[in-house]
Amino acid sequence: MSDNQVQVTGGGAESAARTGTVIAQRHGAFGASGAGDVTGFGGFAEQVTMPGPSSRPYGGYFDEVVDSLTQALEAKAPTAIEKVVVDRGELTVYVRREDLVAVMMALRDEPALRFELSLGVTGVNYPLDKGRELHALYHLTSLTHGGRNIRVETTCPDADPHIPSTVSVYPANDWHEREAWDMFGIVFDGHPGLARILMPDDWVGHPQRKDYPLGGIGVQFKGATTPPVAERRRYF
Amino acid sequence: MTDTMPHAPAPAPDEVMDDSAFVLAHGGDWNDVASEVARLQEERIVISMGPQHPSTHGVLRLVLELDGEYVKETRVGLGFLHTGIEKTMEARSWNQAVTMVSRCDYVASMCNELTYCLAVDKLLGITDQIPERAQIIRVLIAELARVSSHLVALGSLGNELGGTTLMTVTFRGREYILNFFEAVTGQRMNNAFIRPGGVAHDIPDEAIDQLIADWDKIMLSIDDLDDLLTENPIFRGRCEGVGVLDLSACMALGLTGPILRSTGYPYDLRKVAPYSGYENYEFDVCTEDSCDVMGRYLVRLHEMRQSMRIVAQALAKLRATPGPIMVPDLRIAMPGQVTVGPDGQGQAPDHVKHILSDSMEGLIHHFKLVTEGFHVPPGQVFAQTEHPKGVQGVLAVSDGGTHPYRVHVRDAAFNNLQSLAAQTEGGTISDVIVCVASVDPVMGGVDR
Repeated sequence: MSDNQVQVTGGGAESAARTGTVIAQRHGAFGASGAGDVTGFGGFAEQVTMPGPSSRPYGGYFDEVVDSLTQALEAKAPTAIEKVVVDRGELTVYVRREDLVAVMMALRDEPALRFELSLGVTGVNYPLDKGRELHALYHLTSLTHGGRNIRVETTCPDADPHIPSTVSVYPANDWHEREAWDMFGIVFDGHPGLARILMPDDWVGHPQRKDYPLGGIGVQFKGATTPPVAERRRYF
Repeated sequence: MTDTMPHAPAPAPDEVMDDSAFVLAHGGDWNDVASEVARLQEERIVISMGPQHPSTHGVLRLVLELDGEYVKETRVGLGFLHTGIEKTMEARSWNQAVTMVSRCDYVASMCNELTYCLAVDKLLGITDQIPERAQIIRVLIAELARVSSHLVALGSLGNELGGTTLMTVTFRGREYILNFFEAVTGQRMNNAFIRPGGVAHDIPDEAIDQLIADWDKIMLSIDDLDDLLTENPIFRGRCEGVGVLDLSACMALGLTGPILRSTGYPYDLRKVAPYSGYENYEFDVCTEDSCDVMGRYLVRLHEMRQSMRIVAQALAKLRATPGPIMVPDLRIAMPGQVTVGPDGQGQAPDHVKHILSDSMEGLIHHFKLVTEGFHVPPGQVFAQTEHPKGVQGVLAVSDGGTHPYRVHVRDAAFNNLQSLAAQTEGGTISDVIVCVASVDPVMGGVDR
């Protein structure tokens, strides 16, 4: 578990490259600001990173899966896999977006892999992960191999939010990609009809991005206004 | 135009609409609509169907393109019950977020809570520290929620085929289960009972007595349903060979749960990847091989009996396993064992005395845990459980803070509803009703 603890800054970007994606930076303590810093806590800074790339052996069936996948991609997309992360008993394979469809094809069709069941696509927005702000996560299950699981993660920059659609490989991802477009603004190129699915068709913005405010309207009672959640006092 | 575009990416522009012969009917008399259609010499009708299923009242839009009585194309409109649960959770502490996730699939609230809490347990690295008694309570509650969910699903199916009695029969049985939930958690639905690290509080003895007293009534409800429907020729006629989806269709469309098991494939996460100690219970995975609505009905029916079998085992284990119901780690466990006091309110007198009279540190700790919540180490996990609707997954991402960075609920019904076009296109309009019910959509979970 020690690898997963909050990293206190020292090495900056260098340590981030070693440990994983920087997802948050915090300053000070107790959320206090504006007053003179008499405690010294104002100088407190921490940088939070996601678990970094793992080294072999990954354990369990993970080595076998990664080997089979690498072998299957040798001809078509040798540089597809960016990194492999094993954390909390889950295997995540980070894939270049250009090679996503080839990777999915291999995962579905290779006899040693056979991840037949796609549990969908979802997004996560990391504004601090520069050039890779939008992540798309695919969870796959192999019934043939007794319920093996794998997560495929791919990224795209905010400035160019395009990821190839996987509907041709897994038709199950149709609505999921529409949802990820709706909520994060990721454009899945090649999707048969990338319309909004949860928000109204004429909605502006993508609500689950981190820069999209929650509860923009104050609730009024007895002359007071309850501010939106993000503007209330927070305890961290 | 539609030949090249399988799904309309945008509303049809006016110049297209002006050229086509169409009747726009907003409610009104069906005779008027029919005569207008007859005048246009056009058999093709596009209608927004429903509401027919209890889940569809104002929240599920089915657009059917009909050729006479046959369905040419089915489109499903979602989002009418989208409440931004996932986004709202990001502004709440990990513990408070249970309240949100409970409201996703509100017919089986505690199954959602279980999946979410398993995800948070995994992030915290305490999966194997959950006390035995808490595991048993989680299983007991989740299985009763499954029975309650299946009762609603099958009652609605019967109701849609014109049998209002079936709704009353199943809701009668469900009521006893909800009474038990009320006795345990104080609420019939949206319980927020299963918590990261265990459960909110222990099950009171009276609740167990009440469940045992009501046992036969719950079973009677299941048996009545069986007696009324399984051999009923009208029911079989409506359900057999309808909405056929075989194993390959299930894999392609990501269908799980009773729909997958009705193809004969025994995929049940409680057996494949047991969680919360399901490996310690004896039960069978129910399958049928008809791939149709009848198969899904039978799978659900038999599953309820298997669930009650698990509940009986859980009750026996519960008696034999005293002990804590929350992890011992005081940085995670909400302090104080809250019980309903004589005033009907939740009280923990000992704890209140401890923090107000005895321990300043205890008070600080209590304050921090309640206002700030506990910190979860950064990382991401995807927990899966066998929800009554199918495989439910919760993706939880933490940035090391006290609030979720991102939570995504992969609701089985969201995927299952996607198969509606594949099930209904080419069939008659009367089959659509049966197919919708066989998917068992609960829009709270689908739209989140």
